[in-house]
Amino acid sequence: MHELRIAESIVQSVLEEMARQNLHSIKTIGLRIGALSGVNIDSLRFGFESIVPETALAHARLQVEEVAVQGECRHCGKNFEVNEFIFVCPHCFSTDMAIKTGQELDLVYIEAE
Amino acid sequence: MSKKIEIEKKVLSENDRIAAEIRKELKKRRIVSLNLVSSPGSGKTSLLEKTLAALKNEIRMALIAGDVQTENDANRLINAGGEAVRPIVTGGACHLDARMAEKAIASINLEGIELLFIENVGNLVCPSSYDLGEDMKVALISTTEGDDKPLKYPAMFRRASVIVINKIDLLGLSDFDMAKVKKNALQINGGLKIFEISCRTGDGLNEWYNWLRSLTGRQ
Ligand SMILES: Nc1nc2c(ncn2[C@@H]2O[C@H](COP(=O)(O)OP(=O)(O)O)[C@@H](O)[C@H]2O)c(=O)[nH]1
Ligand SMILES: [Mg+2]
Ligand SMILES: [Zn+2]
Repeated sequence: MHELRIAESIVQSVLEEMARQNLHSIKTIGLRIGALSGVNIDSLRFGFESIVPETALAHARLQVEEVAVQGECRHCGKNFEVNEFIFVCPHCFSTDMAIKTGQELDLVYIEAE
Repeated sequence: MSKKIEIEKKVLSENDRIAAEIRKELKKRRIVSLNLVSSPGSGKTSLLEKTLAALKNEIRMALIAGDVQTENDANRLINAGGEAVRPIVTGGACHLDARMAEKAIASINLEGIELLFIENVGNLVCPSSYDLGEDMKVALISTTEGDDKPLKYPAMFRRASVIVINKIDLLGLSDFDMAKVKKNALQINGGLKIFEISCRTGDGLNEWYNWLRSLTGRQ
């Protein structure tokens, strides 16, 4: 359950940003989470909800953009979506690829009231 | 009136920054570093004990043993002849992070060290998100676990460079299918290097030792 630690990092970053911008209440926190990030989104929401009640983020909602895994084949150069974690190029069947997207774990934006 | 503010920041940017510093320092000192990950009980400490016994007079090693509560693993490594061994007790955390690794590494005299092992906390999920500045992640699976481990933990097996399949002395006692586990692992990561070993009988360990020798510029 490292999602609790991840939630704590998010809360800390948002609180810092609020102080910098002199904001008092946050409506939405925008995240981008890749399928290969190693983070379970439900656990993250659970972790987040368990730590915010006493903070200025008590009413904030997590808006999560989920990112699928995209690969670029180093053999034939084509781009493709990696489905069901099968990391094989569908065009030439090479397994040598660069991961273009899917590893994200980003704090994208906050929306103040 | 609501106001949207762009932030665009990696949640683990602080961890990644420290990991990059560790990587730079280890590279400067030409130390090869391996981060060992597995479920609890796959044999990480056993493999390190064997490795120390076989190679301690040949390769200078430092070892960091992460554990949730105890220093038992670090003590096992000291008993196996490890000279530079440090425990990290995470106090409940299910993974090591770069800050913990940095602190442990800073307490080791790195002069002359060629190989650094970091035994992560027994868990195949959480440690996958945390770069410790290592050169490679080595994932262990044992034949007493399910052969679908790679499919259940794709993030980890994708990030690993090596898998070690341990406890092959017990093959046949469960329905663990070696061909299947390899196929599953290679489907996630076609570049994986695979070792099949038994820490109990010593089978396959020579290949592992030879690989460590080649990593540290021998042979
Ligand atoms: N039969 C058998 N048991 C092993 C082998 N390697 C380790 N074990 C046992 O598995 C248990 C867990 O090993 P340990 O090294 O502590 O695993 P760790 O939690 O990954 O560090 C111990 O009781 C070991 O003696 C092996 O190759 N064969
Ligand atoms: Mg251990
Ligand atoms: Zn291709």
